[in-house]
Amino acid sequence: MENKQYDSIIIGAGPAGLTAGIYLSRAKARVLILDSGMAGGQIILTHEVANYPGFESISGYMLAMNMKKQAEKHGCEIKTNAQIIEYDLQAPLKQIKLSNGESYTAKTVILATGGRSRKIGAIKEDDFAGRGISYCATCDGDFFQDREIIVIGGGNSALEEAVSLTKYASKVTIVHMLDQWQAFASAVDEMKENPKIDYLMNSKIVEFVGQDNLAHVIIEEVATGKRYAKKIDGVFIFIGYVPNTEEIKGLVELNQYGEIIVDAHFKTNLEGVYAAGDSIVKRYRQITTAVSDGTQAALNVLEYIKQ
Amino acid sequence: MTLQTNLQHLVTAVDVQKLIDENENVMVCCGRMGPMCVPVYNIMEDLEKSGKYNHVKFADMLFDTPEAHIIRNLPECRGFMGLPFTVYYKNGRVTKATSSIQNLNQVLDVLDREFKQ
Repeated sequence: MENKQYDSIIIGAGPAGLTAGIYLSRAKARVLILDSGMAGGQIILTHEVANYPGFESISGYMLAMNMKKQAEKHGCEIKTNAQIIEYDLQAPLKQIKLSNGESYTAKTVILATGGRSRKIGAIKEDDFAGRGISYCATCDGDFFQDREIIVIGGGNSALEEAVSLTKYASKVTIVHMLDQWQAFASAVDEMKENPKIDYLMNSKIVEFVGQDNLAHVIIEEVATGKRYAKKIDGVFIFIGYVPNTEEIKGLVELNQYGEIIVDAHFKTNLEGVYAAGDSIVKRYRQITTAVSDGTQAALNVLEYIKQ
Repeated sequence: MTLQTNLQHLVTAVDVQKLIDENENVMVCCGRMGPMCVPVYNIMEDLEKSGKYNHVKFADMLFDTPEAHIIRNLPECRGFMGLPFTVYYKNGRVTKATSSIQNLNQVLDVLDREFKQ
Protein backbone atom coordinates (compact mmCIF):
# COMPACT_ATOMS: atom_id res chain seq x y z
CA MET A 1 0.00 0.00 0.00
CA GLU A 2 1.03 3.56 -0.71
CA ASN A 3 2.97 5.30 2.09
CA LYS A 4 4.31 8.65 0.91
CA GLN A 5 5.86 11.52 2.77
CA TYR A 6 5.01 15.18 2.20
CA ASP A 7 5.97 18.54 3.63
CA SER A 8 2.33 19.28 4.30
CA ILE A 9 -0.96 17.43 4.17
CA ILE A 10 -4.02 19.61 3.81
CA ILE A 11 -7.33 18.16 4.97
CA GLY A 12 -10.07 19.73 2.87
CA ALA A 13 -10.11 20.95 -0.73
CA GLY A 14 -12.30 24.01 -0.38
CA PRO A 15 -11.06 27.55 -1.04
CA ALA A 16 -8.90 27.60 2.13
CA GLY A 17 -7.29 24.23 1.45
CA LEU A 18 -6.75 24.84 -2.27
CA THR A 19 -5.27 28.29 -1.61
CA ALA A 20 -2.90 26.87 0.99
CA GLY A 21 -1.97 24.20 -1.55
CA ILE A 22 -1.26 26.77 -4.25
CA TYR A 23 1.02 28.82 -1.97
CA LEU A 24 2.87 25.79 -0.61
CA SER A 25 3.40 24.05 -3.93
CA ARG A 26 4.56 27.27 -5.59
CA ALA A 27 7.19 27.39 -2.85
CA LYS A 28 8.25 23.88 -3.92
CA ALA A 29 6.82 22.15 -0.87
CA ARG A 30 5.46 18.64 -1.43
CA VAL A 31 1.75 18.91 -0.78
CA LEU A 32 -1.11 16.43 -0.58
CA ILE A 33 -4.71 17.64 -0.33
CA LEU A 34 -7.29 15.14 0.90
CA ASP A 35 -11.05 15.67 0.76
CA SER A 36 -13.85 13.35 1.80
CA GLY A 37 -15.97 14.64 -1.08
CA MET A 38 -15.09 16.55 -4.22
CA ALA A 39 -12.80 19.56 -4.50
CA GLY A 40 -14.44 22.94 -4.05
CA GLY A 41 -16.11 22.73 -0.67
CA GLN A 42 -19.25 24.72 -0.02
CA ILE A 43 -18.73 27.05 -2.98
CA ILE A 44 -19.85 24.39 -5.43
CA LEU A 45 -23.28 24.84 -3.85
CA THR A 46 -23.31 28.50 -4.84
CA HIS A 47 -25.04 29.22 -8.11
CA GLU A 48 -23.45 32.62 -8.64
CA VAL A 49 -20.52 34.25 -6.88
CA ALA A 50 -20.63 38.02 -7.37
CA ASN A 51 -18.28 39.22 -4.63
CA TYR A 52 -15.04 37.45 -5.41
CA PRO A 53 -12.60 40.13 -6.60
CA GLY A 54 -11.53 39.76 -10.22
CA PHE A 55 -14.72 38.02 -11.30
CA GLU A 56 -17.78 40.17 -11.84
CA SER A 57 -19.85 37.00 -11.79
CA ILE A 58 -18.80 33.35 -11.80
CA SER A 59 -20.49 30.12 -10.79
CA GLY A 60 -19.21 28.61 -7.57
CA TYR A 61 -18.46 25.41 -9.46
CA MET A 62 -16.30 27.17 -12.04
CA LEU A 63 -14.42 29.13 -9.38
CA ALA A 64 -13.75 25.91 -7.47
CA MET A 65 -12.57 24.10 -10.59
CA ASN A 66 -10.25 27.01 -11.46
CA MET A 67 -8.73 26.86 -7.96
CA LYS A 68 -8.30 23.09 -8.23
CA LYS A 69 -6.63 23.32 -11.64
CA GLN A 70 -4.31 26.04 -10.36
CA ALA A 71 -3.31 23.93 -7.35
CA GLU A 72 -2.66 20.88 -9.53
CA LYS A 73 -0.70 22.96 -12.04
CA HIS A 74 1.68 23.99 -9.28
CA GLY A 75 2.20 20.41 -8.21
CA CYS A 76 -0.39 19.67 -5.51
CA GLU A 77 -1.61 16.12 -5.35
CA ILE A 78 -5.36 16.10 -4.71
CA LYS A 79 -7.26 13.00 -3.62
CA THR A 80 -11.05 13.36 -3.56
CA ASN A 81 -13.53 11.02 -1.85
CA ALA A 82 -10.72 10.07 0.54
CA GLN A 83 -12.02 8.53 3.75
CA ILE A 84 -9.64 9.22 6.63
CA ILE A 85 -9.79 6.57 9.34
CA GLU A 86 -6.89 7.63 11.55
CA TYR A 87 -5.06 10.84 12.43
CA ASP A 88 -1.78 10.98 14.31
CA LEU A 89 -1.22 14.69 14.81
CA GLN A 90 0.84 14.56 18.01
CA ALA A 91 4.14 13.17 16.71
CA PRO A 92 6.68 15.41 14.94
CA LEU A 93 5.94 13.44 11.77
CA LYS A 94 2.15 13.52 11.34
CA GLN A 95 0.39 10.48 9.88
CA ILE A 96 -2.94 10.15 8.11
CA LYS A 97 -4.43 6.75 7.23
CA LEU A 98 -7.19 6.20 4.68
CA SER A 99 -9.85 3.50 4.58
CA ASN A 100 -8.28 2.06 1.42
CA GLY A 101 -5.10 1.22 3.32
CA GLU A 102 -3.05 4.14 2.05
CA SER A 103 -1.03 6.04 4.62
CA TYR A 104 0.67 9.43 4.39
CA THR A 105 3.12 11.30 6.58
CA ALA A 106 4.06 14.97 6.69
CA LYS A 107 5.89 17.49 8.85
CA THR A 108 2.80 19.67 8.96
CA VAL A 109 -0.95 19.38 8.60
CA ILE A 110 -3.41 22.13 7.69
CA LEU A 111 -6.97 21.41 8.77
CA ALA A 112 -9.27 23.09 6.26
CA THR A 113 -12.25 20.85 6.78
CA GLY A 114 -14.87 23.54 6.10
CA GLY A 115 -18.53 23.27 6.97
CA ARG A 116 -21.79 21.84 5.73
CA SER A 117 -25.42 22.94 5.65
CA ARG A 118 -27.01 22.89 9.06
CA LYS A 119 -30.10 20.74 9.46
CA ILE A 120 -32.97 21.89 11.63
CA GLY A 121 -33.20 18.60 13.50
CA ALA A 122 -36.95 18.17 13.05
CA ILE A 123 -38.61 14.75 13.01
CA LYS A 124 -38.31 12.97 9.61
CA GLU A 125 -36.06 15.66 8.11
CA ASP A 126 -33.78 13.03 6.56
CA ASP A 127 -36.69 10.96 5.24
CA PHE A 128 -37.96 13.77 3.01
CA ALA A 129 -34.63 14.98 1.61
CA GLY A 130 -35.17 15.01 -2.16
CA ARG A 131 -38.85 14.31 -1.60
CA GLY A 132 -39.92 17.79 -0.63
CA ILE A 133 -37.00 19.04 1.45
CA SER A 134 -34.15 20.77 -0.34
CA TYR A 135 -31.02 22.68 0.59
CA CYS A 136 -30.44 24.11 -2.92
CA ALA A 137 -32.87 26.55 -4.54
CA THR A 138 -31.10 26.66 -7.90
CA CYS A 139 -31.06 22.87 -8.13
CA ASP A 140 -34.58 22.01 -7.13
CA GLY A 141 -36.61 25.22 -7.51
CA ASP A 142 -38.23 24.13 -10.76
CA PHE A 143 -39.77 21.05 -9.12
CA PHE A 144 -42.01 23.49 -7.23
CA GLN A 145 -43.53 25.38 -10.14
CA ASP A 146 -46.84 26.93 -9.01
CA ARG A 147 -46.62 25.22 -5.65
CA GLU A 148 -46.55 26.51 -2.10
CA ILE A 149 -43.27 26.26 -0.27
CA ILE A 150 -41.60 27.24 2.98
CA VAL A 151 -38.11 28.69 3.35
CA ILE A 152 -36.52 28.24 6.77
CA GLY A 153 -34.04 30.82 8.03
CA GLY A 154 -33.61 34.50 8.69
CA GLY A 155 -30.19 35.31 7.28
CA ASN A 156 -29.12 36.68 3.91
CA SER A 157 -29.11 33.26 2.21
CA ALA A 158 -32.63 32.43 3.34
CA LEU A 159 -34.13 35.74 2.29
CA GLU A 160 -32.29 35.93 -1.03
CA GLU A 161 -33.22 32.36 -1.91
CA ALA A 162 -36.83 33.00 -0.88
CA VAL A 163 -36.97 35.84 -3.39
CA SER A 164 -35.36 33.71 -6.11
CA LEU A 165 -37.82 30.87 -5.44
CA THR A 166 -40.77 33.15 -6.22
CA LYS A 167 -39.81 32.61 -9.89
CA TYR A 168 -41.28 29.13 -9.49
CA ALA A 169 -43.49 28.92 -6.42
CA SER A 170 -46.98 30.37 -6.17
CA LYS A 171 -46.31 31.37 -2.57
CA VAL A 172 -43.28 31.36 -0.29
CA THR A 173 -43.61 31.47 3.50
CA ILE A 174 -40.44 32.18 5.44
CA VAL A 175 -40.33 30.50 8.84
CA HIS A 176 -37.83 32.05 11.23
CA MET A 177 -37.39 31.06 14.85
CA LEU A 178 -36.23 34.47 16.11
CA ASP A 179 -38.14 37.73 16.43
CA GLN A 180 -35.73 39.66 14.22
CA TRP A 181 -33.95 39.09 10.92
CA GLN A 182 -30.21 38.36 10.74
CA ALA A 183 -30.12 39.44 7.09
CA PHE A 184 -28.95 42.83 5.87
CA ALA A 185 -31.63 45.52 5.62
CA SER A 186 -31.48 45.47 1.81
CA ALA A 187 -32.32 41.76 1.73
CA VAL A 188 -35.16 42.25 4.21
CA ASP A 189 -36.58 45.14 2.13
CA GLU A 190 -36.44 43.12 -1.09
CA MET A 191 -38.17 40.21 0.60
CA LYS A 192 -40.91 42.40 2.08
CA GLU A 193 -41.57 44.06 -1.28
CA ASN A 194 -42.25 40.70 -2.94
CA PRO A 195 -46.02 40.05 -3.04
CA LYS A 196 -45.54 36.27 -3.16
CA ILE A 197 -43.68 36.17 0.17
CA ASP A 198 -45.18 35.90 3.61
CA TYR A 199 -43.35 35.18 6.86
CA LEU A 200 -43.79 33.66 10.30
CA MET A 201 -41.45 34.98 13.00
CA ASN A 202 -40.84 33.23 16.33
CA SER A 203 -41.77 29.95 14.70
CA LYS A 204 -40.03 26.69 13.92
CA ILE A 205 -40.84 23.44 12.14
CA VAL A 206 -40.72 20.49 14.50
CA GLU A 207 -41.93 17.69 12.24
CA PHE A 208 -42.25 16.81 8.56
CA VAL A 209 -45.25 14.67 7.62
CA GLY A 210 -46.26 12.76 4.49
CA GLN A 211 -46.29 9.38 2.78
CA ASP A 212 -43.93 9.20 -0.22
CA ASN A 213 -43.67 12.98 -0.39
CA LEU A 214 -43.83 15.84 2.05
CA ALA A 215 -47.47 16.79 2.60
CA HIS A 216 -47.46 19.08 5.58
CA VAL A 217 -45.32 20.35 8.42
CA ILE A 218 -45.92 20.85 12.12
CA ILE A 219 -45.04 24.39 13.13
CA GLU A 220 -44.42 25.44 16.72
CA GLU A 221 -44.75 29.00 17.97
CA VAL A 222 -41.59 29.49 20.00
CA ALA A 223 -43.07 31.84 22.60
CA THR A 224 -46.21 29.82 23.41
CA GLY A 225 -45.29 26.27 22.39
CA LYS A 226 -48.54 26.10 20.41
CA ARG A 227 -48.34 23.66 17.50
CA TYR A 228 -50.33 23.48 14.29
CA ALA A 229 -50.15 21.74 10.91
CA LYS A 230 -49.57 23.58 7.65
CA LYS A 231 -50.09 21.97 4.26
CA ILE A 232 -47.04 22.52 2.10
CA ASP A 233 -45.43 21.14 -1.08
CA GLY A 234 -41.80 21.83 -0.29
CA VAL A 235 -39.36 23.20 2.26
CA PHE A 236 -36.01 24.83 1.57
CA ILE A 237 -33.60 25.08 4.49
CA PHE A 238 -30.97 27.83 4.77
CA ILE A 239 -29.92 28.14 8.40
CA GLY A 240 -26.17 28.37 8.08
CA TYR A 241 -23.39 25.88 8.44
CA VAL A 242 -21.81 23.61 11.01
CA PRO A 243 -18.05 22.99 11.04
CA ASN A 244 -16.80 19.60 9.81
CA THR A 245 -14.76 18.84 12.89
CA GLU A 246 -16.36 15.71 14.34
CA GLU A 247 -13.45 13.54 13.16
CA ILE A 248 -10.83 15.71 14.87
CA LYS A 249 -12.73 16.23 18.11
CA GLY A 250 -10.36 15.36 20.95
CA LEU A 251 -7.32 15.68 18.70
CA VAL A 252 -7.10 19.48 18.50
CA GLU A 253 -8.66 22.13 20.68
CA LEU A 254 -12.19 23.13 19.64
CA ASN A 255 -14.57 25.69 21.11
CA GLN A 256 -18.11 24.94 22.31
CA TYR A 257 -19.43 25.20 18.73
CA GLY A 258 -16.94 22.64 17.43
CA GLU A 259 -14.80 25.28 15.70
CA ILE A 260 -11.02 24.87 15.68
CA ILE A 261 -9.19 27.32 17.93
CA VAL A 262 -6.16 28.89 16.23
CA ASP A 263 -3.73 31.63 17.19
CA ALA A 264 -2.84 34.67 15.09
CA HIS A 265 -0.56 32.43 12.98
CA PHE A 266 -3.40 29.96 12.28
CA LYS A 267 -1.64 27.43 14.49
CA THR A 268 -3.71 25.01 16.57
CA ASN A 269 -2.69 23.82 20.03
CA LEU A 270 -0.56 21.11 18.38
CA GLU A 271 2.93 21.74 17.08
CA GLY A 272 2.99 21.64 13.27
CA VAL A 273 -0.80 21.55 12.96
CA TYR A 274 -2.49 24.59 11.45
CA ALA A 275 -6.10 25.31 10.48
CA ALA A 276 -7.87 27.61 8.03
CA GLY A 277 -11.25 28.40 6.53
CA ASP A 278 -14.81 27.90 7.71
CA SER A 279 -13.94 25.32 10.38
CA ILE A 280 -11.93 27.74 12.54
CA VAL A 281 -13.24 30.22 15.10
CA LYS A 282 -14.06 33.44 13.25
CA ARG A 283 -16.89 35.85 12.64
CA TYR A 284 -17.18 36.09 8.86
CA ARG A 285 -17.30 33.05 6.62
CA GLN A 286 -16.78 34.13 3.03
CA ILE A 287 -14.79 32.71 0.11
CA THR A 288 -12.44 35.66 0.43
CA THR A 289 -11.83 35.08 4.15
CA ALA A 290 -11.21 31.38 3.51
CA VAL A 291 -8.69 32.28 0.81
CA SER A 292 -7.02 34.71 3.21
CA ASP A 293 -6.86 32.06 5.96
CA GLY A 294 -5.39 29.53 3.54
CA THR A 295 -2.73 31.98 2.43
CA GLN A 296 -1.69 32.86 5.96
CA ALA A 297 -1.71 29.26 7.16
CA ALA A 298 0.48 28.25 4.19
CA LEU A 299 2.98 31.06 4.74
CA ASN A 300 3.25 30.15 8.42
CA VAL A 301 3.71 26.49 7.50
CA LEU A 302 6.55 27.47 5.16
CA GLU A 303 8.25 29.33 8.02
CA TYR A 304 7.77 26.30 10.25
CA ILE A 305 9.19 23.87 7.69
CA LYS A 306 12.31 26.04 7.27
CA GLN A 307 13.13 25.84 10.99
CA MET B 1 -25.73 17.98 -25.50
CA THR B 2 -24.05 15.99 -22.74
CA LEU B 3 -22.81 16.57 -19.21
CA GLN B 4 -19.21 17.67 -18.66
CA THR B 5 -18.00 14.55 -16.88
CA ASN B 6 -15.61 11.71 -17.64
CA LEU B 7 -18.44 9.20 -17.35
CA GLN B 8 -20.12 7.40 -20.22
CA HIS B 9 -22.86 9.74 -21.47
CA LEU B 10 -26.27 8.30 -22.27
CA VAL B 11 -27.95 10.52 -24.84
CA THR B 12 -31.05 8.57 -25.83
CA ALA B 13 -33.49 6.24 -24.11
CA VAL B 14 -32.19 3.54 -26.45
CA ASP B 15 -28.68 4.11 -25.05
CA VAL B 16 -30.01 3.53 -21.53
CA GLN B 17 -31.89 0.40 -22.53
CA LYS B 18 -28.86 -1.00 -24.37
CA LEU B 19 -26.57 -0.38 -21.38
CA ILE B 20 -28.86 -2.09 -18.90
CA ASP B 21 -29.57 -4.95 -21.32
CA GLU B 22 -25.88 -5.63 -21.87
CA ASN B 23 -24.63 -5.23 -18.29
CA GLU B 24 -25.55 -6.92 -15.05
CA ASN B 25 -24.85 -3.94 -12.77
CA VAL B 26 -25.47 -0.37 -13.88
CA MET B 27 -25.52 2.95 -12.02
CA VAL B 28 -26.96 5.93 -13.93
CA CYS B 29 -26.97 9.45 -12.55
CA CYS B 30 -29.46 11.73 -14.28
CA GLY B 31 -28.96 15.41 -13.53
CA ARG B 32 -27.50 18.75 -14.50
CA MET B 33 -24.10 20.36 -13.94
CA GLY B 34 -25.46 21.69 -10.66
CA PRO B 35 -24.25 21.75 -7.06
CA MET B 36 -26.20 18.69 -5.94
CA CYS B 37 -25.36 16.62 -9.02
CA VAL B 38 -21.65 17.28 -9.60
CA PRO B 39 -20.51 15.63 -6.32
CA VAL B 40 -22.33 12.43 -7.32
CA TYR B 41 -20.68 12.38 -10.78
CA ASN B 42 -17.34 12.95 -9.03
CA ILE B 43 -17.92 9.95 -6.75
CA MET B 44 -18.80 7.79 -9.77
CA GLU B 45 -15.69 8.97 -11.65
CA ASP B 46 -13.45 8.19 -8.67
CA LEU B 47 -15.03 4.76 -8.19
CA GLU B 48 -14.64 3.97 -11.89
CA LYS B 49 -11.00 5.12 -11.80
CA SER B 50 -10.26 3.09 -8.64
CA GLY B 51 -10.87 -0.16 -10.53
CA LYS B 52 -12.58 -1.64 -7.48
CA TYR B 53 -16.01 -1.52 -9.10
CA ASN B 54 -15.19 -2.93 -12.52
CA HIS B 55 -18.30 -5.09 -12.20
CA VAL B 56 -20.45 -1.93 -12.33
CA LYS B 57 -21.04 0.28 -15.38
CA PHE B 58 -21.23 3.96 -14.49
CA ALA B 59 -23.02 6.45 -16.73
CA ASP B 60 -24.73 9.81 -16.67
CA MET B 61 -27.62 11.42 -18.52
CA LEU B 62 -28.75 15.02 -18.90
CA PHE B 63 -31.95 15.49 -16.91
CA ASP B 64 -33.43 18.07 -19.27
CA THR B 65 -33.27 16.06 -22.46
CA PRO B 66 -36.69 14.65 -23.47
CA GLU B 67 -34.99 11.25 -23.79
CA ALA B 68 -34.47 11.24 -20.02
CA HIS B 69 -38.12 10.25 -19.65
CA ILE B 70 -36.77 6.71 -19.33
CA ILE B 71 -35.36 7.75 -15.94
CA ARG B 72 -37.72 10.56 -14.91
CA ASN B 73 -40.85 8.47 -15.40
CA LEU B 74 -39.69 5.36 -13.58
CA PRO B 75 -42.15 4.32 -10.87
CA GLU B 76 -39.17 4.18 -8.48
CA CYS B 77 -38.57 7.90 -9.13
CA ARG B 78 -42.16 8.93 -8.51
CA GLY B 79 -42.23 11.72 -5.99
CA PHE B 80 -38.59 12.65 -6.45
CA MET B 81 -38.17 16.41 -6.06
CA GLY B 82 -34.42 16.81 -5.90
CA LEU B 83 -31.65 16.41 -8.43
CA PRO B 84 -29.93 14.19 -9.35
CA PHE B 85 -32.05 11.09 -9.85
CA THR B 86 -29.64 8.18 -9.39
CA VAL B 87 -30.83 4.77 -10.51
CA TYR B 88 -29.22 1.39 -9.92
CA TYR B 89 -30.11 -1.48 -12.31
CA LYS B 90 -29.45 -5.17 -11.71
CA ASN B 91 -30.07 -7.49 -14.67
CA GLY B 92 -32.12 -4.80 -16.37
CA ARG B 93 -34.37 -4.07 -13.40
CA VAL B 94 -34.28 -1.12 -11.03
CA THR B 95 -33.07 -2.23 -7.61
CA LYS B 96 -32.67 1.19 -6.00
CA ALA B 97 -33.22 4.84 -6.87
CA THR B 98 -32.20 7.92 -4.88
CA SER B 99 -33.09 11.59 -5.12
CA SER B 100 -30.78 14.55 -4.42
CA ILE B 101 -27.11 14.62 -3.43
CA GLN B 102 -25.51 11.48 -2.01
CA ASN B 103 -22.13 11.14 -0.33
CA LEU B 104 -19.54 8.43 -0.96
CA ASN B 105 -20.72 6.25 1.91
CA GLN B 106 -24.33 6.39 0.74
CA VAL B 107 -23.30 5.37 -2.78
CA LEU B 108 -20.98 2.61 -1.52
CA ASP B 109 -23.73 1.33 0.74
CA VAL B 110 -26.04 0.80 -2.26
CA LEU B 111 -23.32 -0.57 -4.56
CA ASP B 112 -22.07 -3.07 -1.98
CA ARG B 113 -25.54 -4.19 -1.06
CA GLU B 114 -27.22 -4.36 -4.48
CA PHE B 115 -24.23 -5.40 -6.58
CA LYS B 116 -22.58 -7.79 -4.13
CA GLN B 117 -19.96 -9.93 -5.91
